[in-house]
Amino acid sequence: MQLRVALPKGRLLASTATLLEKAGWALEDYREKARLYRLKSNTLKDLQAKMFQEKDIPIQVAIGNYDLGICGLDWVTEQIVKFPSSAVVILKFLGYGEGALYAATCPESIEGDELVTHGDSVRLAGEYPNLAESLAQKLRLRRFSIYPLWGSADAYPPENAEIIMLSRRNEAEIDSLGLRSLGKIVDFKACLIVNKESLRIKDMSLLLASINSQLAQVATGAPETYFDIKHITQRVEKKSLPDDCQVRLALPDGHQQDHVRRILDAAGIKIEDYPSATGNRRPKSSLDGFFIKVIRPQDMSLQVANGNFDLAITGRDWLTDHLYQFPQSPVCELLDLKYGKVRIVAVVANEVPVSTSSELQQLRQGQQASCRIATEYINIADNYARLNRLGAYRIVPTWGATEAFLPEDADVLIENTETGSTITSHNLKIIETLFESTACVIGGMREADSKLKVERMASFVSLLRKAKETMICE
Amino acid sequence: MQIQRCKGCSDFTAEDMLRFRSVEAAFQETSKSYGYSEIRTPTLEYLYLFTSAGTLTPGMLRRVYSFLDWDGWSGERVVLKPDATIPVARLYTERLARKGYPARLSYVTNTFIFEETGTKARERWQCGAELIGVGSSLADAELVSFACDSVKKMNLNNIELKLSHAGLIRGILSSLGLNNNEQDTVFDRILDGKMETLDSMQAGKPQAVEALKLLLGTKGRSSDFLKNMRALFPADIPGIQDALADFIATIELLEAMGLPYQIDFTSGKGFEYYTGFIFRLLAEGVNVGGGGRYDLLVGMMGGQDAPAGGFALYIDRLAALINIDNLYKPVSQRVSLDIEPSAMKEGVEMAGLLREAGWIVSFALQGQKALDCGWEVEVRSSAPRLNVLNCGSGESRVCENPIEMLTIVGCG
Repeated sequence: MQLRVALPKGRLLASTATLLEKAGWALEDYREKARLYRLKSNTLKDLQAKMFQEKDIPIQVAIGNYDLGICGLDWVTEQIVKFPSSAVVILKFLGYGEGALYAATCPESIEGDELVTHGDSVRLAGEYPNLAESLAQKLRLRRFSIYPLWGSADAYPPENAEIIMLSRRNEAEIDSLGLRSLGKIVDFKACLIVNKESLRIKDMSLLLASINSQLAQVATGAPETYFDIKHITQRVEKKSLPDDCQVRLALPDGHQQDHVRRILDAAGIKIEDYPSATGNRRPKSSLDGFFIKVIRPQDMSLQVANGNFDLAITGRDWLTDHLYQFPQSPVCELLDLKYGKVRIVAVVANEVPVSTSSELQQLRQGQQASCRIATEYINIADNYARLNRLGAYRIVPTWGATEAFLPEDADVLIENTETGSTITSHNLKIIETLFESTACVIGGMREADSKLKVERMASFVSLLRKAKETMICE
Repeated sequence: MQIQRCKGCSDFTAEDMLRFRSVEAAFQETSKSYGYSEIRTPTLEYLYLFTSAGTLTPGMLRRVYSFLDWDGWSGERVVLKPDATIPVARLYTERLARKGYPARLSYVTNTFIFEETGTKARERWQCGAELIGVGSSLADAELVSFACDSVKKMNLNNIELKLSHAGLIRGILSSLGLNNNEQDTVFDRILDGKMETLDSMQAGKPQAVEALKLLLGTKGRSSDFLKNMRALFPADIPGIQDALADFIATIELLEAMGLPYQIDFTSGKGFEYYTGFIFRLLAEGVNVGGGGRYDLLVGMMGGQDAPAGGFALYIDRLAALINIDNLYKPVSQRVSLDIEPSAMKEGVEMAGLLREAGWIVSFALQGQKALDCGWEVEVRSSAPRLNVLNCGSGESRVCENPIEMLTIVGCG
């Protein structure tokens, strides 16, 4: 009987590899920067292991794609706290995994045990929306909003969130960011998780014993209490914004920064320290009346929609995903920047006998099992499945390396691709191009915006438009 | 693909609906006689309505169906209503409070709460009443009487009324230094049989712990029982004597109304937002509802403080107890009408006449006679125009017009 194990990339990889090596699994390719996601054991012939982003692992184990998984307690808790009847069970803490998820706020947002807000709603931002909802309930917040993020939570307070959830090794690191810790939400201890059904019916004793034999040599205590959080109450202090003509602009972090820098340069807009070697998220600019922050492009549409920002530079793919989730969102595309071109495509494995989405629909007819669609674009994928009438389907959210999910862990991918070569090299094929995406300026016009602010926004878009035209001519 | 309903959700078959409507009708009729007006609150509410301290317990909050609406980009979540009273309190605050007089409101609604196994209901139905804007023993007694009369009207037997007082329990637990949430948790743990929870608190306030043990360990059937308790309770626990006086006053009214009851403090499990008198109703040994006083809820939700009380009856449980035999019209009053194509006009007129006379009439369609009928009538365009068959006796008679036929079936 084959046993399938999901193993983490990233922060837990080195310690997990050491543990499994001592346990005699002999997984040769399980190392940093490994090219292969599928791992074979030289000693355990029934073992099929695969590398995932840590966040994917509890989901993969819960839906039964994998029998066992190793990941941080934070991602397991993020799942269990929202889905208490999830099929995931924590079997063991493995004795490694550093740091914790903390709740933090800005010093100016907290006075004693009072959280000072300028509106009725407390805004919570972070990569763990389910834990954020639990935190809000734990604090008995009278009214709250949750901003799920792809990252860069520390950029948000105090202007865009009162409480953020932040991964750090200790509270001193929170302090060093100029933030104030409200306490620990959950430890990042590595744990061995299992699918309930697999535990019930499959013989995994060899694997479990091999890990367990190593654990005797390390301290594997249970984690500290979840939600060890300072008690706070909300105090609303209505204040008018310091400058309601100020335009709040979001610029992307990550690999888009160099492209954006070139366009800004061509437009004659001077921005200091962007991209920043020190992680500065509030660069200063030559633009009069602009306040700039650097955040994840995936988060921008929502942040413009909820009024935290007026303008942002992101990809049309993320804007589209946002608009599928919130069709009446006030966010729209203001300017196509015509770089970073990718296609958003539906993909299946080569051996699936279809070449179009309508053929896939026909193939799906009468099939009992749910169609598993793996994607980073949850709402685009959801829309695709509905419009193509795929019958019973489930969206499997992923955080990167989605092409490795086919064929064993998903039936369809909704993925972006520049040339299609990665897809081909993984023995996959495109059955539909949903749309093309390039970088764009997005904005959210509001009736309450002052004339000066609207002019400043229009002027910025105009500068970038001219710069693009110049760059194309060159 | 296998088609199936959502886990934890129920279909209501025709028989289920008969039971449901029977419970609902008994409740509505009683509601009118007590002067309550029916209202309805939406299925979707904002989550924040239920998260303020003192509204829904953390245990309930963990199991609500919360999600982002299609315009939820502000990050604010909505829920499928997990509780019926809180939305009514919201409606009162939003639309009725300014009118300045007590609101007597009743409702029939569904609520949603996640249940892990999927074997119990995730969607539940209840009918209930709220009396908001006034707080007195008479108001409490009115609600108890209303609830009892509703259940009696459903012709259920062995109705039991169990009484408790959240204010009294909270007073004692509060003297042990517990906040509202901790009070809920500790009290529920005690009622789950974990008495050691109390022992761990013994050190600080032994008298308070003794008082609570006394309450939970004894049951009474008269206001005199409470007077005895009052004499035994320590005087230094704030609010406890007032709570007892309030409890005694309500019970004396129930005695005057002739409602038999049992004082049972263990019946107060899951007392959530209740602050004073609480009651639980059992029919044929099944817990079919309950309610009580929640004087702080409206204020905690951001409205002006307003005393309030209410109750809910669990329709699903009551419906299961209803005697179905009383609900069906006897088969003898059902007619299957088989009409020849050339006699359609006469046939449909005949159906109208019979229905006006109180009969249940179904057409035989494509040669299929309607099920469970006492009579089958064939309608033809030529003589004999009507052939009337008594399905019970097998006797068949012919006639020429509807008047004759009504005489044959027994309502002419």
